[in-house]
Amino acid sequence: MKTGRFWAWVVFVLGAAYFFIPLIATVEFSMRMRRGAYSFDAYQIVLGDARFQATFMYSVFAAIFTIILGILIVVPAAYWIRLRLPQLRPIVEFITLLPLVIPAIVIVFGYIRMYGSNSPLPFLANDTATNALLVIGYATLSLPYMYRAVDTGLRTIDVRTLTEAAQILGAGWGTIISRVILPNVLIAVLSGAFLTFAIVIGEFTMASLLNRPAFGPYLQNIGANRAYEPAALAIIAFAITWGCMSLIQILSRFAPKSANRPN
Amino acid sequence: MTDLSLSNKAIAGKTAPPSEARALRLPTQWIGVAPFFIFAVMFLILPTLYLMLGAFQNEAGEFTLENIAALSEPNIVAAYWISIKVSLASALIGAFAGLAIAIAIVRGGLPDWIRSATLTFSGVASNFAGVPLAFAFLATLGRLGLATVLLNTLFGLNIYAHGFNILSFWGLTLTYVYFQIPLMVVIIVPAIDGLKKEWGEAAATLGATTAQYWRMVVIPVIWPSFLGTVILLFANAFGAIATAYALTGSSLNIVPILLYAQIRGDVLHNAHLGYAIAFGMIVITGLANVFYIWFRTRSERWLK
Repeated sequence: MKTGRFWAWVVFVLGAAYFFIPLIATVEFSMRMRRGAYSFDAYQIVLGDARFQATFMYSVFAAIFTIILGILIVVPAAYWIRLRLPQLRPIVEFITLLPLVIPAIVIVFGYIRMYGSNSPLPFLANDTATNALLVIGYATLSLPYMYRAVDTGLRTIDVRTLTEAAQILGAGWGTIISRVILPNVLIAVLSGAFLTFAIVIGEFTMASLLNRPAFGPYLQNIGANRAYEPAALAIIAFAITWGCMSLIQILSRFAPKSANRPN
Repeated sequence: MTDLSLSNKAIAGKTAPPSEARALRLPTQWIGVAPFFIFAVMFLILPTLYLMLGAFQNEAGEFTLENIAALSEPNIVAAYWISIKVSLASALIGAFAGLAIAIAIVRGGLPDWIRSATLTFSGVASNFAGVPLAFAFLATLGRLGLATVLLNTLFGLNIYAHGFNILSFWGLTLTYVYFQIPLMVVIIVPAIDGLKKEWGEAAATLGATTAQYWRMVVIPVIWPSFLGTVILLFANAFGAIATAYALTGSSLNIVPILLYAQIRGDVLHNAHLGYAIAFGMIVITGLANVFYIWFRTRSERWLK
């Protein structure tokens, strides 16, 4: 057991070194901008850059719309499958896993060919429609995570009893989903939402190929043209990812652990 | 559940013959899942099918195998080959390192906070991919990166003089490992947690040594999850483009970068060859996932 613990420490320290050295190196590099002294110049330049602000806000809005779209698609489907159509579960689970099988670049390539300006559904014809297509693409990418999160949340509540109780009180389907089911799985939905946010905020492939002024292509552009700013941006991006994951962890403490009556 | 359906049936029986009631109920049955299916068909399945069919058509829309045959052009084969090598190397390194870390934090007798800190960090690092990850590794192992400079000044080891380059196969692999290891940790820790204490006790009662317990109980039980996750990591790396593109520009010709260049500017001068490349990517990741599902079902027999 003694030797086992020794090796466990060795593995852990080596792993920690591999994961922390790049972070430390990036912080160090990002502060090297001023000759001979450490400074936050790179951060100041990046945060003050109008394009940074514009692309970042663009991606924040894209993420918010993605989350809304994801909720609208996933919550009713996951709810309905638990309530009425359990036989569809394998099909739906398979579909939600497809975005992990089909690379994002292939999905967006399909969009470009199928929804070009001359097609019956010309998503690429104007900016608004292309923005919508980007959000749709992001919703596709986040489908596996969103569905998983919502389904886990639904598992912990008694969907059937809640639905029956709401129906007895005279609620329609819209009311049941928006005012009974959604609040009960809110924490699960928010976990999925933050994960979606973390994925969408720096996404490069789709935004770049659809020519959208998003944060991912901006990052790439800065990386190709500047020396110290990319390191500062990497630290900012890491902080955002960290923030999203921390929020998910904090939320999971509030989530109900199990249902009173499993479905 | 039974109560509701019984009363529904009773009401339905009173008002209409069962068959008619069924026909009336059908559309509402589907209304909840309709948005999901419409979305999935329009924005996931049809675009993919469109490309897959396009791979077997020429410009005039006639059936042809020429595009698939054209995948054997040397630069395309080279792109697939280096993609497969990077994905496989990063998946294997990530898997073994991730497994070692997972075993260390679950079974190694380390303090509890290390386990939870590692899991939290893994959640973050497995999602820290794309362009920023490339920046981080450029700042570490680039020509002016901290690790490069420190190795040179402290140990006199100039890794670039020894043939290392961040813009190369090993540079990209080492970078991918940064999100592969944490992904492995996140997926495999539950599997190791699933090893029942009773199995260790039973093995000990039967006189097994620790080595025998590992060889004859732990490894066979974890093996399917492990292999399944290796395949998942492979597919994960195979479709990734942002990190590689930001790291190497187009100097390392992996398949997603080739496809990216083709979509942007038809560098292959044949639109349908792009479809064929996409088709090839789907075939590879699709096969990988078939194996993944197969291993997954095998592992679920033991781990509940």
